[in-house]
Amino acid sequence: MQKLVIIGAGMASGRAIEHLLEAAPGAFDITLFNAEPRGNYNRIMLSPVLSGEKTYEEIVTHDADWYEANGVTCRFGEKVVEVDRARKVVVGEKGEVPYDQLIFATGSNAFIIPMPGHDLPGVVTFRDLEDTGAMIEAAGKPGSRAVVIGGGLLGLEAAAALRLRGMDVTVLHIATHLMERQLDPAAGYLLKKDLERRGINVILEAQSKEIVGNGRAEQVNLADGTELPCDIVVMAVGIRPAVSLAQECGLACGRAIEVDAQMRTSDPSVFALGECVEFEGNLFGLVAPLYDQAKVLAATLTGGEATFAMRELSTKLKVTGCDLFSAGDFAEGEGREDIVFRDPARGVYKRLVIENDTLVGAVMYGDTADGNWFFGLIKDGEDISDIRETLIFGPGFLGGDTADPLSAVAALPPEAEICGCNGVCKGDIVAAIDGGATDLGALRATTKASASCGTCTGLVEQVLAVTLGDGFQMPTAQPICGCCDLTHEDVRRLIKSQELKSQEAVWQELGWKTLNGCHVCRPAVNYYLLADWPIEYQDDPQSRFVNERNHANIQKDGTYSVMPRMWGGMTDAAELRAIADAAEKYGAAVKVTGGQRIDLLGITKEDLPHIWRDLNEAGMVSGHAYSKGLRTVKTCVGSDWCRFGTQDSTGLGIKLEKLLWGSWTPHKVKLGVSGCPRNCAEATCKDVGIVCVDSGYQISVAGAAGMEVKETEPLATVKTEDEVLEWTVAFIQLYREGAKYLDRPYKWVAKVGLNWIVEHLSDADTRRALNARFELSQSVYRTDPWAAEVAKSERYTPLADLTLEAAE
Amino acid sequence: MMNWIDIGTIDDIPERGARLVKTPVGCVAVFRTSGDEVFAASNSCPHKGGPLSEGIVHGNKVTCPLHNWVFSLETGEAQGADEGRIATYPIRIEDGRLLLDASALAAKDAA
Repeated sequence: MQKLVIIGAGMASGRAIEHLLEAAPGAFDITLFNAEPRGNYNRIMLSPVLSGEKTYEEIVTHDADWYEANGVTCRFGEKVVEVDRARKVVVGEKGEVPYDQLIFATGSNAFIIPMPGHDLPGVVTFRDLEDTGAMIEAAGKPGSRAVVIGGGLLGLEAAAALRLRGMDVTVLHIATHLMERQLDPAAGYLLKKDLERRGINVILEAQSKEIVGNGRAEQVNLADGTELPCDIVVMAVGIRPAVSLAQECGLACGRAIEVDAQMRTSDPSVFALGECVEFEGNLFGLVAPLYDQAKVLAATLTGGEATFAMRELSTKLKVTGCDLFSAGDFAEGEGREDIVFRDPARGVYKRLVIENDTLVGAVMYGDTADGNWFFGLIKDGEDISDIRETLIFGPGFLGGDTADPLSAVAALPPEAEICGCNGVCKGDIVAAIDGGATDLGALRATTKASASCGTCTGLVEQVLAVTLGDGFQMPTAQPICGCCDLTHEDVRRLIKSQELKSQEAVWQELGWKTLNGCHVCRPAVNYYLLADWPIEYQDDPQSRFVNERNHANIQKDGTYSVMPRMWGGMTDAAELRAIADAAEKYGAAVKVTGGQRIDLLGITKEDLPHIWRDLNEAGMVSGHAYSKGLRTVKTCVGSDWCRFGTQDSTGLGIKLEKLLWGSWTPHKVKLGVSGCPRNCAEATCKDVGIVCVDSGYQISVAGAAGMEVKETEPLATVKTEDEVLEWTVAFIQLYREGAKYLDRPYKWVAKVGLNWIVEHLSDADTRRALNARFELSQSVYRTDPWAAEVAKSERYTPLADLTLEAAE
Repeated sequence: MMNWIDIGTIDDIPERGARLVKTPVGCVAVFRTSGDEVFAASNSCPHKGGPLSEGIVHGNKVTCPLHNWVFSLETGEAQGADEGRIATYPIRIEDGRLLLDASALAAKDAA
């Protein structure tokens, strides 16, 4: 087996490893270094993560588990110190690894303009998850402001995403129009207008002079004296290949690591690919050529023949609602002619650049439906003199057809490229559709079309529509899963309006396509049924994920963690003694949690009923640390002990917890009660936070402190504890009745709007009705599941043990 | 040669659920579907060793509780884009009793 070492786990090396494993399984012993402490994610999709349209989990392509499952040794979070080519070893921070073949996939670093103040905290680039996290955090502050330096692809995606998060955003761009490398001035103008309409301030020809601030970036000053106060500065002015390691070990480098068409560097056993390479004087920043390189490199390493060649690229901007497309060369020049079409009312602009009767460039804004057809003409260098008269109107006009929006797609030849990232052409997609992949998800799985940046999703759907004819219905909203055609919202509504009170009724009446759902829809439907029909419908453990079924959290080694409830975070000597005894008896690791209680880790499944019985006997009940339900109510010591406490925050927290415990909710719910505005219980990042003040209680909701961090928003200010209880229960019941399964309250509130909630809950009758419905549900669920499970402890043991008999 | 061993009754397993049987070749999960069919298969997901007996059973399939790989209980094959399979073992129901073929479990061991 050949020893292959790869430095850098990014999109290029991820793809190369896929190809290698496919072409020659088991041929390589692969070690993968990555300075970032994680595997490979789809970096192009950081923009939607920043805007909140996607989560980090959704953009992971290869995590550590994937590499491990494929036999790749991962050295994540470890920097490579040196490459010793004479001895053929890579020296990492934690030791050496010898190689037969070495691949540099070190990528690139964001370029930072070395202006004064560039190294202040609060100046970030937009390259990785850390940057994205820093921006999301800055955006969480109400009224916060961002300055984005750089009006190229990346800068504008960052600006649009931060604006979506509610920030006040200014874009500084040094050129006379935005995206000058991809757009001409006319399209740049339309883009600027569109961005300004969204409330983004764009300053062109901006000369940034310095970033100033007291300990962190607080203001950007321009050369013309303009001062821009801000909370964060995003530098998105370009990238520089990361080549210092390659230079230090003596590989031939120009602006980046020089490679030949087989991706080989000046050392025959060292290869490079991705943003760190230079090929015939070209550098690379878009994903499509990187994937080509991965293919070529895998072929080279496995003894195949492949040659990397530059190809034409097209550009799209991943900003929802800004429709632009450019391809080829659109600089003006001698012998070049333009065909231009404008429709000011619709904000449409199209320009074609023609040279020697062939199309050499295209820029479009506002209506980019024909972009790929034009891109095909550019790549093929086809003679267009015969169709020149109607060329700008696209393929729909060629045969005198009326302008059917789908005819453009229908007219594309089979070799027309649909997905630029993965190099998938129309013919591949049609073949996959004929082979049975008749929806978007199936097409992604079989061809990878639209599986990377996703901008071609619409096109892929159009190919589906053209190929399947009436057999395809354009999706309007996302169904829950492949088992049905309905959205979560539809299913919730129909369960109520059609009074569906069993899973079977849902499957039958709502046209489920599977026998009894799947792991995606069944837990959701189970929740909707029990939330809407608490008396009529009985919770189904077989429709719950393992943690909720086993009332404990499964750990990676198959053992469980057990967490008793500590009301309001209060405990006493007797409880602690019982916990200590249990920890000793069952060999548990003991961890104090952030939710003010104690976790017992490493309990085997068979021991679960026993430890529960022991804890029950000491008066403790389940802490529901595993449930989509009420978790904890975190409190401070309040007026009982604290010299600043204004009210009995601990007592109020305990009352809330005793009222709410055991209830199931669409996702987990955490509360906090602070005794004064110093907020020691960190109540203002909880799903419901109460802050006590001299005159009463401030109730705020929809905070978050996980992947996303968000402060709560005020719901109401009330005078008495009883009112706190009434408002809190009303809010949680409204959430239980309305939200989509697995939406935390902050996500649900963002969808329905806090105004609607405040309006709704301000009506005393509505609050009372919600409280009554919650109480009805709690008459069933306010109970300790551990006690019930102890009674059926045989479920936790093996059905039979055949190890003895077979040994005979 | 088949060697049918009585491991319990169908009612010992929750509908759309599973129970474990310890065997010389490791833990085998015995699944019961909504149609009261039973299947026996390896408890360990080939991806990361997730305990399949703790997964959600839907139709004649089970979803691994760790990373949502889906397996056919009939063939053992992973469904969708994932590739892999779990070993399946002969099992039958006779008068409500579950009979598992122990020779298949031992044979696996010898091979």
